[in-house]
Amino acid sequence: MVVDAAPTLKMAVEDWSVWYGSLRALTSVSMAIRHTEILGVIGPANSGKTSLLRSLNRMNDINPSFRYTGRVTLDGRDLYRDLDGQQVRRRIGIVFALPLPLPLSIRDNVTYGPRLRGERDPHRLEELTERSLRASSLWEEVKDRLDLQAVKLSGGQQQRLCIARTLAMEPEVILFDEPCSGLDPVSTAKVEETMLQLKAQYTIMLVTNNTKQAARVSDRVAFFLMGELIELDRTDRIFTAPRDQRTNDYITGRFG
Amino acid sequence: MAWQRWRERLIEFAIRLCGISSIAIVALIFLFLAQEGSALFRTVSIAEFLSGNRWYPISDPPRFGILPLLLGSGLVTAGAVALSVPVGIASALFVSEIATGWSKDVLKTGIELVAAIPSVVLGFIGITVLAPAIKQACGLPTGLTALTGSITLAFMAMPTVVSITEDALAAVPRGHREAALALGATRWQMMWRVLLPAAGSGIVAAVMLGIGRVIGETMAVMMVTGNAAVIPHTFLRPVRTMTATIAAEMGETVRGSDHYFALFAIGIVLFTISFTINMVADLFLHRERN
Amino acid sequence: MPERAMAIQRVAFALLFASTLLVGLAALAAIGVICVRGTGALSWEFLTTMPTQGMRAGGIFPAIVGTLELVGLTVIFALPMGVAAAIYLTEYAAESWLTRLVRLAIVNLSGVPSVVYGLFGLGLFVIFCRFGTSLLAGALTLAIMILPVIITASEEALRSVPKSFREVSLSLGASRWQTVRHAVLPFAVPGIMTGTILGIGRAAGETAPILYTVAAFYLPRLPRSIFDQAMTLPYHLYVISTQIPNIPQTQRYGTALVLLLLVLSLNLLAVILRARFRRRRQW
Repeated sequence: MVVDAAPTLKMAVEDWSVWYGSLRALTSVSMAIRHTEILGVIGPANSGKTSLLRSLNRMNDINPSFRYTGRVTLDGRDLYRDLDGQQVRRRIGIVFALPLPLPLSIRDNVTYGPRLRGERDPHRLEELTERSLRASSLWEEVKDRLDLQAVKLSGGQQQRLCIARTLAMEPEVILFDEPCSGLDPVSTAKVEETMLQLKAQYTIMLVTNNTKQAARVSDRVAFFLMGELIELDRTDRIFTAPRDQRTNDYITGRFG
Repeated sequence: MAWQRWRERLIEFAIRLCGISSIAIVALIFLFLAQEGSALFRTVSIAEFLSGNRWYPISDPPRFGILPLLLGSGLVTAGAVALSVPVGIASALFVSEIATGWSKDVLKTGIELVAAIPSVVLGFIGITVLAPAIKQACGLPTGLTALTGSITLAFMAMPTVVSITEDALAAVPRGHREAALALGATRWQMMWRVLLPAAGSGIVAAVMLGIGRVIGETMAVMMVTGNAAVIPHTFLRPVRTMTATIAAEMGETVRGSDHYFALFAIGIVLFTISFTINMVADLFLHRERN
Repeated sequence: MPERAMAIQRVAFALLFASTLLVGLAALAAIGVICVRGTGALSWEFLTTMPTQGMRAGGIFPAIVGTLELVGLTVIFALPMGVAAAIYLTEYAAESWLTRLVRLAIVNLSGVPSVVYGLFGLGLFVIFCRFGTSLLAGALTLAIMILPVIITASEEALRSVPKSFREVSLSLGASRWQTVRHAVLPFAVPGIMTGTILGIGRAAGETAPILYTVAAFYLPRLPRSIFDQAMTLPYHLYVISTQIPNIPQTQRYGTALVLLLLVLSLNLLAVILRARFRRRRQW
């Protein structure tokens, strides 16, 4: 179990508010994400969980109506004002809700990011491919057919491929956006197992609709409602003795 | 790393440049036409140009009235539209609502291929097959007439009319069709009373683009209409269109002469007409999309 | 009452069928006539030798070569520019008054009469740029003419690539251009290719734009450079069917047939490729 002191602060969100045009998605969120922890983010639909996620790796930049106030820092440096978006996305990876393999081979999917970053050495790429696929628990199943078209894999395998693809960039932080929403229970278990294995070396944030999953996997949990952070605490405390009534209502299934 | 940034900026710049190039090209075309064409109006007034009924560019003194040409284009276009619009809409209805399965695909491909036939080839057929036939059938001194032009151009405009009408029909929501049928209408009644009106703006756009295609056609019409630059009184005599005039006479003019400028002035008229037609058609297409 | 309505429908449907049949038969007749009367002229010599006796005999080799070279040069100009313009519209520009203006300009360009393109080409490339009557001037003129075709087809092809590809690529740290280059463009190639082939077909068959920009009357040799004039199939057909008497009809029909076959096979190729790519798509 995680000790309260000692883990380093990897990312911090300070008074962060987000608008898409005139629609306000997040209001004054402040929280910290620690290294080697899995931070679970739960809440009903439209609570701002995905907006938060996409703020952290600057995927929101794509949206032309995106506006923000506040600060997000990575290792103390302002993500938006001090760092370059592309660089941020290389250091902070994301796994999307639906498995999204590119119509390329398995190998080319995994090496897509590194190759674009400039990696040319075939040995290094092979090594990176194997390491990433092992880390996402997919290596044994595909090691003999790396040239297979990725779309031919099953849904669960595709999602693990996407995880491997993200890992190949050797990020520092990994964001998971409801990664198991389209998967069967066996695949879900495999993905959760992967997350737990990755925890030791990465900073992980998991957005999920499944409170039980959050309970299984996270060290701390943040509850969001209508764009606001209601409560953030250790997993065991959130699920046994939440301080806010709304948190309790959501967890016990009164709404959501 | 910095060099890569630079390269990206350059690529992005080139892309943006190409992106807005089409605006520049349209402007450039108009500018060139206007520059050369307006030189004519130093010696000939615009009114005389547009309404003068004598086009004698090589007589002495030359006369540059394009009324015969305007009417020639108008007559041939009117005939072509009268032929191609009913047939085109009817065919579009057939292909989109009645034909099924592979025959539908064959028809659609066929229409696409007909649209691809070069105008000079159609002009060639016009001269060798159609004109003699018309000459015989109507007992004329020559088969190169406005009627021949209209028929040939109707054939060329048909694919445009058909495919855009097809698109317009396809854009009508299924609900319209099903509601009409559910209320007891026959399929024909549904097509005539519900479908066609609903696709109205799209069909108008199709007709306009068909007109644009016909007015702008050069080679086929030049080859089959006989090239007589006189005010037309009937379909059964040779005429001259604006496009054919430019194509036929450009080779004989001296650069910088009034004749040369006059041809560019006709170009301005053609450009303006096609510009207007396209704008209006685009308006109708947009209205339909909303 | 419904009997009357059904009777009307039968008549109406018969008319619709008749219209379609009319168009179809006319098309088949036109093509058929050329095929029947022109096949006689087709021979290896016809296709590969120079014209002789003022084009009354001999072959149409220089016209074929001229058309191929002209069209090849046209594509070299039109393809990069058209694809770039399409990339601009779909990947780089947000919808604004500017993009609306660009699209309007494209619609206009596609409606400009071909002879006006010829005038423009004459004024700008032949005279102003001093390229003279040349392959270069003709190709530039034709390139501008088929630009709308390529832009429209490329735009459609780019839009058909799922948005998620772009998201995935960006999320892996790629820049916008890298994303276009590696996650979008390769998958839009089939659509771009069919559009280009259609553009080529169009360029190969056009006469008016090349009348005064490149076409040569009787040039029984191949063009020496891109600054040289050239014979082309469409112009050749026009000349031998309207300007020169006493040419054997088979020569004329033969030329028409060659041009028709060239253009129709290009278009048919595009249609087949389009259907094939649609079936093979992995998304």
